[in-house]
Amino acid sequence: MLLRQGEPAAPPVAGPAHRLKAGARGDGRLAAAFLAPALIGFGLFYLYPALRGAWYSMTDWNLLSRPRFVGLDNYARLLHDPLFWNSLKVTAGYVVLNLGIQLVAGLGLAALLHRLTRSLVLRSLLVVPWLVPNVTTGLLWMWLLDADLGFVNHLLTGAGLPAQGFLTSPDLALPSVAVITSWSGTGYTALLLYAGMLLVPRHVYEAAALDGSGEIRTFFRVTLPLMRPILAFVLVVSLIDSFQLFDAVAVTTKGGPVNATRVIYHYIYEQAFTHFKMGYASALALSLVLVLGVLTFVQMRLLRASASDLA
Amino acid sequence: MNKAHLAAGALLLLTAACGGSGGPGGSGADDGPVTLTYALWDDAQQGAYQQCADAFHKANPGITITINQAAWDQYWQNLTTQMVSGKAPDVITMQTTYYPQFVKNGQLLDLGPMAEADKVDFGQYRPGLADLWVKDGKRYGLPKDWDTIAIVYNTALVKKAGLDLGDLTWNPADGGTFEKALARLTVDTSGRRGDEPGFDKSKVAVYGIVAELNDGSQGQNGWGDLAVSNGFRYIDKNPFGTRYFYDDPKLAETAAWFRRLMDKGYAAPYDKKSSLGPDVVLGSGKGALGITGSWMIKTYLDSTEQKFAFAPLPTGPQGRKSAYNGLADTVYAGTEHPEAAWKWVKFLGSTACQDIVADSAVAFPAITSSTERAVKAHKAAHRDVSAFTSQADAPGGTFLLPVSDHGDEIDQIVGTAMEEVWLGQKDARTALTAANQRVNALFTAGG
Repeated sequence: MLLRQGEPAAPPVAGPAHRLKAGARGDGRLAAAFLAPALIGFGLFYLYPALRGAWYSMTDWNLLSRPRFVGLDNYARLLHDPLFWNSLKVTAGYVVLNLGIQLVAGLGLAALLHRLTRSLVLRSLLVVPWLVPNVTTGLLWMWLLDADLGFVNHLLTGAGLPAQGFLTSPDLALPSVAVITSWSGTGYTALLLYAGMLLVPRHVYEAAALDGSGEIRTFFRVTLPLMRPILAFVLVVSLIDSFQLFDAVAVTTKGGPVNATRVIYHYIYEQAFTHFKMGYASALALSLVLVLGVLTFVQMRLLRASASDLA
Repeated sequence: MNKAHLAAGALLLLTAACGGSGGPGGSGADDGPVTLTYALWDDAQQGAYQQCADAFHKANPGITITINQAAWDQYWQNLTTQMVSGKAPDVITMQTTYYPQFVKNGQLLDLGPMAEADKVDFGQYRPGLADLWVKDGKRYGLPKDWDTIAIVYNTALVKKAGLDLGDLTWNPADGGTFEKALARLTVDTSGRRGDEPGFDKSKVAVYGIVAELNDGSQGQNGWGDLAVSNGFRYIDKNPFGTRYFYDDPKLAETAAWFRRLMDKGYAAPYDKKSSLGPDVVLGSGKGALGITGSWMIKTYLDSTEQKFAFAPLPTGPQGRKSAYNGLADTVYAGTEHPEAAWKWVKFLGSTACQDIVADSAVAFPAITSSTERAVKAHKAAHRDVSAFTSQADAPGGTFLLPVSDHGDEIDQIVGTAMEEVWLGQKDARTALTAANQRVNALFTAGG
């Protein structure tokens, strides 16, 4: 009886277990196959270059000569390089300006989209500037903002105001660049934030409305706190993105006037491909990795990005 | 599985792409058919050099030339990265600021022995041009063309001002008749000229001069020429000196004079000047005059927006001085066909090719007789280029631009210091003295 009862019972128990084990092995292979392209890509285009970069940062390689090991010389030089510190300062200034404009404008746009209209056409129009290649954006604005022949100055002088050297004055160049990149990036930020707002359940808003909370109060007391994880995500991504500013500067100001827009990426590029100091450029790049890593960590920590108040 | 195959395939493709660096031409021997790549940056010259390439191919059926043109802004970066991957063009158009760096890293072939064996006559070139390309007894290039500097002006605006720019004088104190002319050419929005009472410098419609001030360490298109005519010397020895004199008060005076033009309203303030280049601003009619190089002759004279003409530079305290610069053709040290490459360079440096270039009038060829031919070609097309040529022929009328190591870094250091002066952030003396210390430190650091 026991046997007879156990016999038919055994396979169903053992069967799935067997199948599970076999399946696990099969999945492993399949998983490896699925992961391989990403892993190979990561290894080939990220890990290997990063390791090479780390090695070059300890050499005096100038692209054409044989790299010679110089230890930490490049890093020692970096500490005393006023242009490096200047580029960090300029970059920080740009990041603050750019993040500020993009977040405020992006939140405003997202709130409008969320509460006023959900038109697909409007949402699509928002990202159009973001779809324009950065170099095109840069060239476009360079002509528009030109001190002498630009359309914007034409409007200014037409209204009786003095013309401005938007990209040629040391005081205006960096803010101008920040406005240009914000022009192209805000729509995308707004879309991300809008998606975050959609995650906030409707009933919360109904409850808020019942409690007599107005539109603005609801926004600050309900919407913003509840979309903290997405805010954190947007902040981290935009921060890293702003640190990597290059094309707009390369097209419009080339780092000038007098270092006013020489952001860290442009400085690295100049060292590497204008002065061919690959070793020093690598050291600069690795220092930037360090800075970005610390900043990201701090941000994630401060914003408790992995925990949602909705849960 | 499929994805893994794809990845493997992509890898294979990649290695194939990387491995295919055998260079153009393929066969290593020089007796088979050979294809050489020739790099240049000036698209205006490409046609003329294609004619040279065709003529060369006719004479040497075994060698085909492929011209590889890349704009100036990308040219040097392309070249360097191509050298890193070992497949740079076989023959390269070279410029004096950049060539020391390539020589230092052993990327250029010493053409001396071949030039000697083939008895190249260096006397046929205009004086000074051939010597620029010799370092430590090794010759790296054959002269290709040369350029000088002159004033370019809008003929209508100058006529309206009733000026003759044929023989201007200049000094850094009061600017001489040059500054007087600039004042006269400047017009504010209510039609008052810069030398008339009531001129409003904050509302200028036409600037007297559109100066190319963001001009690196040499100021070829303006401050350099005037500074030398004021007695300034760039470097202790040219080519390949090791001490610069950017702290010379003669240079500071000149820079300060340019800065004063902005204060007086004869030139656009540096922070409010167009970043689109003097030729665009002059073409728009918002400026009356500029200082430019002979390579721009066709751009200005063929302009459909304005009518332009050229005048000699003003005469400074030490005479009238124009920067004089030359290009050369060089051979990449990694070429698989040095013999064929030399043949092509020799052809480029001979009357056979330089006369072709002369007839198309896109540049002044380095060979004296070919230059005369280019002048004739310009004359036949009713282009008056005597401002450039007579300056080149005048005794002591030209100076060679400095050639030294660290050219790219000096360019940035001095260029930034000059910007500080133009912006009024520092006075010329302070900015240039500090820059000069940094420049000379490059040579003592043993880099």
